[in-house]
Amino acid sequence: MVATNGMKRIVIEPVTRVEGHGKVTILLDEKKQVQQARLHIVEFRGFERFIQGRPFWEVPVLVQRLCGICPVSHHLAAAKAMDWIVGGEKLTPTAEKMRRLMHYGQFFQSHALHFFHLASPDLLFGKPGDPLSGFAADVAIRNVIGVAAKFPDLAVQGVMMRKYGQEVILRTAGKKIHGTGAIPGGINKNLSITERDFLLKDIDQMVEWSRSAVKIAKDYTVEHLEKLAPFGSFDSNHLSLIREDGAMDIYHGNLRAIDSVGKKIFDQVDYQRYLDYIGEEVRPWSYMKFPFIRSLGPEKGWYRVGPLARVNTADFIDTPEAEAARKEFMAVTKGKPNNISMAYHWARMIELLHSIERIKELLHDKDLQGTDLVAKGERRDEGVGLLEAPRGTLFHHYRVNKDDQVVMANLIVSTTSNNEPMNRAVAKVAKDHLSGVEITEGLLNHVEVAIRAYDPCLSCATHALGQMPLTVELVDHEGNLVSTRSKN
Amino acid sequence: MAKPKVATTSLAGCFGCHMSLLDIDDRILKLVELVDFDKSPIDDIKEFSGRCAIGLIEGGCCNEENVRVLQDFRKHCDILISVGDCATMGGIPAMRNNIPLEECYAEAYLDGPTVHNPSKQIPNDPELPLLLNKVYPCHEVVKIDYHLPGCPPSADTLWEALVALLSDKPVALPYALIKYD
Repeated sequence: MVATNGMKRIVIEPVTRVEGHGKVTILLDEKKQVQQARLHIVEFRGFERFIQGRPFWEVPVLVQRLCGICPVSHHLAAAKAMDWIVGGEKLTPTAEKMRRLMHYGQFFQSHALHFFHLASPDLLFGKPGDPLSGFAADVAIRNVIGVAAKFPDLAVQGVMMRKYGQEVILRTAGKKIHGTGAIPGGINKNLSITERDFLLKDIDQMVEWSRSAVKIAKDYTVEHLEKLAPFGSFDSNHLSLIREDGAMDIYHGNLRAIDSVGKKIFDQVDYQRYLDYIGEEVRPWSYMKFPFIRSLGPEKGWYRVGPLARVNTADFIDTPEAEAARKEFMAVTKGKPNNISMAYHWARMIELLHSIERIKELLHDKDLQGTDLVAKGERRDEGVGLLEAPRGTLFHHYRVNKDDQVVMANLIVSTTSNNEPMNRAVAKVAKDHLSGVEITEGLLNHVEVAIRAYDPCLSCATHALGQMPLTVELVDHEGNLVSTRSKN
Repeated sequence: MAKPKVATTSLAGCFGCHMSLLDIDDRILKLVELVDFDKSPIDDIKEFSGRCAIGLIEGGCCNEENVRVLQDFRKHCDILISVGDCATMGGIPAMRNNIPLEECYAEAYLDGPTVHNPSKQIPNDPELPLLLNKVYPCHEVVKIDYHLPGCPPSADTLWEALVALLSDKPVALPYALIKYD
């Protein structure tokens, strides 16, 4: 959709995985009613092409540069694919547990960052009983510094929780950002006793703060349920990895997809065969593709991923406090899948608690001090690596030639799967809140609040510190630009 | 006396350098005592509100929008710093510089194994900005005063450099804080 008559074709010379700047366009009819609203992703980098020719062992450290917020996810998904190439997909216990520790550390820091640094300014400044008033709070305080001024204890908790997650990553990956811990078939270090004891020092404080974070998110959601339930919401399918016994597992499992009322579309699918189940539609107005479940087609097969989808698809969580929190969450929708966009925040905090429970368990596991770090087997020329990144199911797929060079790479990043859902959320909020009115900065933020619930990695990044560069354009039915509001 | 202002932006980067700035952890509370943040992704300031002492640039320039933002930063900042390998030398995104862009397009939107694109259309909406022929490091576009290497530079590197500049001292980073990984 374009506002002016300058409909000339732009020759864009690509290159990127989709991340970076987002843009929303909204189309109005002659009665000022919203006719169409879209989230466009406007960056392209071309990783799939330019890593062709690179040696495969370089890939886990190279592709994580897609994203500085959850680099561990790309690092590990690529390593899991390369495990298949070297025939080392059956990891040693030390290797698997070190990778898990790294991944739970990443979940912990990423979820804390999103909730405290990014989302909380939308959630904390509303008038009692009116959460939507918080979405339009004074722009001068609607940021993490404003949160620190009004709720200093909470801000410090957020900073220290993120810090703890980063310390876990440092001790498993060697660096806080863009580390090197995972290699094809295993890992390159174990956890020393000194490192373990350092991480154990603060663990109980982190568990305590995680409990209180779940309570904040739960209380906020339950107290405002009536107003939050319709906000940017819609029924959808949900997809995630799941352990063989049906437990939530963010590092490894098989694919499960359910529909909006919980009926299974497929279950326990080996992800090496993901091509038979998932396709990606290309649309001309966004660099981000639109994934769908093949058996349902592009129209009906789109699905949600991330914390909400994972809590919906899981039969249970295998840590006690997170499982109790999950049961409370599911009770709100009487055990059926929760389709409320704003419920992502609560689900995310349940996973935060799950992550810290697992970190505590792992730190007491002596396998982390093991010395058998790498597994090898029969060399293959193709491998698929999947895991659950903080923002949802992440797909990495590579083919390698006999000279060890990558010849094909296919990446479906988490946020891509949420492309259609985020567009639905944007359209719903636009129709409900922008029809027939003048757009104010606060209303613009309503649209962002809906997008932000999905914690998109439009650049796992551009929205990183709270405010995505976002332009909202209002266009009348003749294509004239009526109003523009933007932030950058 | 008014506090000096700091502005930050991410161009063609991955936001890892901004994450590393956050890795100063609780020192961020000390930092906001020393400076005010102007235009930056950490707040809602959309346009420069005034003259800034320091501008931090993450990422190189891959499209015309990046160039416009970078020139705007040069205009408003006394000291401009290229932060990280993408800003200082293009970094990983510059790996596309030796490959025809049509091939990158084709791989992502026509040839990929999950692609469903019956009309063979490559995204071409006028809403999508023009890419540059290559990814450029920042100093090839505007004058840059300092370069901080690293992917990303460590939190201590960023902290030491900022504190030195804000207290009018020379930036003398110890060897251990200058790394290219």
